[in-house]
Amino acid sequence: MAQTDKKTIVLFSGDLDKVLAAFVIANGAAAMGDDVTMFFTFWGLNALRRDHKPATPDKTPLQRMFATMMPRGPKKLAMSRMNFAGAGPVLMKRMMRANHVMSIDEMIATAKEQEIKMIACTMSMDVMGLRAEELIDGLEFAGVATYLGEADEANVNLFI
Amino acid sequence: MTITLEELRDVPVAVVVDARGTSCPGPILAAKKGIPAVASGAVMEVMATDSGTLKDLPAWCKKMGHDFLGVIEEPGYLRLFLRKV
Repeated sequence: MAQTDKKTIVLFSGDLDKVLAAFVIANGAAAMGDDVTMFFTFWGLNALRRDHKPATPDKTPLQRMFATMMPRGPKKLAMSRMNFAGAGPVLMKRMMRANHVMSIDEMIATAKEQEIKMIACTMSMDVMGLRAEELIDGLEFAGVATYLGEADEANVNLFI
Repeated sequence: MTITLEELRDVPVAVVVDARGTSCPGPILAAKKGIPAVASGAVMEVMATDSGTLKDLPAWCKKMGHDFLGVIEEPGYLRLFLRKV
């Protein structure tokens, strides 16, 4: 008999390879009929940034500096190993394409199709000066209690 | 519930899903998309090139409650069969 379980994933890392692993597991679990909740916090939020920069006139100079220095979206993410000042991700993406692995943009689109719940941590957004309008559509915004409530219902919980 | 290779070649297939050229988790995503079109008791075939599918599709079937029937290895790709419960 088919059984619906729940998986929760905390994505703390903004490294290309770790973000990819998180989305492969999340999409795989959803394909197996599970409810999946992903909680994006700290560097993981960078995977959810839009390519284009919206106007955010109310940011402090420090928040503006952070926003400029951090990768803007999946295409700009660095790797946790062998980054080689940006050459690593170029080669990794070439190898992913050659092996028909979905790009992170496609993974995120598939996650939305599969109704994976994606929650952005509002505390990290405040710390890092990221505004909701800088992030992609379809997110929920919440804090640690929401994530813990989801994790209570899950039988697998990963911190990536 | 695996059946013999001879039986597998003759089994009537209701729906064929072509997941060739996709990588993990592509084949199980394709299986998930294809299964609603299959009637209960009918057979779905999944074509795949990712060798991990040999283990992944049986695991998907176990989780979803379907019967994995077996695999025919063609040159360059796999044909995997399952019966919807």
